Amino acid sequence: MGCIFYTPNICIYTKNENGEKMDGLISYFSSLNPMTFVSQLPGNIAQGIIWGLMALGLFITFRLLNFADLTVDGSFATGGAVTAIMVINGVPAWAALLTSLAAGIIAGLITGFLHTVLAIPDILSGILTQIALYSINLNIMGKANLPVSYRNYDLILSASNIKMAIVISLAFAVVLIGLMYWYFGTESGSTIRATGSNPDMSKAQGININVAKVIALALSNGVVAMSGSLFAQYQGFADINMGRGAIVIGLAAVIIGMVIGDAIFKKKSNFVIKLIFVVVGGILYYISMGIVLWLKMPTDDTKLFTAVIVALFLAVPNLKEKSKNSFKRAAKRNNKNILVEGRKDA
Amino acid sequence: MLEIKDVYKTFNAGTINEKMALRGVTLKLEDGDFCTVIGGNGAGKSTMLNSIAGTWPVDNGMILIDGEDVSGLPEHKRAPFLGRVFQDPRMGTVADMGIDENLAIAARRGKRRGLAWGVTKAEREEYRELLKQFDLGLEDRMTAKVGLLSGGQRQAITLLMATIKKPRVLLLDEHTAALDPKTAARVLELSDKIISENKLTALMVTHNMNDAITHGNRLIMMNDGKIILNISGEEKKKLTVQTLLEKFKEVSGSNLSNDRMLLEN
Repeated sequence: MGCIFYTPNICIYTKNENGEKMDGLISYFSSLNPMTFVSQLPGNIAQGIIWGLMALGLFITFRLLNFADLTVDGSFATGGAVTAIMVINGVPAWAALLTSLAAGIIAGLITGFLHTVLAIPDILSGILTQIALYSINLNIMGKANLPVSYRNYDLILSASNIKMAIVISLAFAVVLIGLMYWYFGTESGSTIRATGSNPDMSKAQGININVAKVIALALSNGVVAMSGSLFAQYQGFADINMGRGAIVIGLAAVIIGMVIGDAIFKKKSNFVIKLIFVVVGGILYYISMGIVLWLKMPTDDTKLFTAVIVALFLAVPNLKEKSKNSFKRAAKRNNKNILVEGRKDA
Repeated sequence: MLEIKDVYKTFNAGTINEKMALRGVTLKLEDGDFCTVIGGNGAGKSTMLNSIAGTWPVDNGMILIDGEDVSGLPEHKRAPFLGRVFQDPRMGTVADMGIDENLAIAARRGKRRGLAWGVTKAEREEYRELLKQFDLGLEDRMTAKVGLLSGGQRQAITLLMATIKKPRVLLLDEHTAALDPKTAARVLELSDKIISENKLTALMVTHNMNDAITHGNRLIMMNDGKIILNISGEEKKKLTVQTLLEKFKEVSGSNLSNDRMLLEN
């Protein structure tokens, strides 16, 4: 049997022994059960909200501070690692969560130190902390993978009770959005927004932009590590690689949320709506991942799909602008005018 | 009172691009002095203002504000003493924040910024009244993002930000150069009004010799990193563009070379 289009699970277009074509597509689509997708939806939503929390942390550096912070790949796993080892050693899950938050804050402080005191460029500072955290996370866990099952430990949330997990993670999201709305409206929070948007002006107005950057990085990574802690509890284990590509997933949530939020609310969008849509972006990202997996695409390729989705959403606003405002269009318009005028002359 | 004592600054020292921008600049402004600064391309006008603002440390010399040496303070620690308006209207304001939020940030210059609200209702009313004087219709757009405003409007807001907390020295660095002539005249008029009403000590760099002559009570001319002319009092009042050009030639031995200056006068 010769497969034309092959993935590990499906064979779309086949020929039988006699060389007659078999309609593989029909058998492929009939093998897709809508109910499987629906049944997986709550799980996708729960994971989406937890990653939405992570994206809220990323929002602080990426959108407000204008700092591409790659620390998050490390600090997300740190959150999971700290939580797993503490819970296993009998510490209550909430205390482990708070310790994860603190660990993330420390990670952010280190990136901040590298960037502000040692004047290392932003992306490099983040990468350095991230790579250092890989070793630190291994040291924390003692091995690459640490199970924390809800069967043995009392966890804040877990995939065993998805409805509850959704409610609890949503509660975290509401509280976090409230806190962020409050903080970035304060004098201290304003210094971070001003620093991200116009560092020269900020200095001229007496803002210590280095302090503002360090605070933003610490808060951001604290939130990221906290979501890492929740994610480890949800999936029932912490893994050294759980943060790999976290920045891209976080960006996916931030950007999907931004594009969709702007499309719905246009100019009426405000800070709270933007934050809500970051979480919505996380949920939509996980649902689209759910669709991809439901279509029986190989799991090895999920990161590839993530990259494609993020690239698409990053491109949408620019492509939209281009379609309205392009050289090609200008040339076309002028060609038309020349043709019209030419006819008049004749 | 502002005193600059024998300030030197060299950029890219030891490289092929080495440029000695300030060569022993000394200047003293009394309280309430409004001094205009003119000079050719690369004369060191902006460098002098930046050395006062603390954009970078000076190589030599002292900068005293009200008798206190500030040359060891970084930019953000000198900010409480200074009000600044830049040439680029985008530089003085945060585009992503509202008019009210920008003014609130400026009003907290030199204060500890804690967890109180970034801008209060009472402040908004206060700012509304201040903006009304400008007559630019900004008082009805308090929460509009500054990025949506025109260059002239942004410069007017920056001017208000620079003076909302009375600065010991106001630094205006060609702040009307990027504006159209009509808006430039309006912003200059506002600057004059604010400076005289609040009796501010001010340094204004301009490339327009007429403006330099008609505004302020003092005028300095710079060339090649030095102050070559320092005119005040009655002499300043009698000054014309012609005498200024002649004086420049007399002191420096060459013609004034500032393309924009020669075009506009």
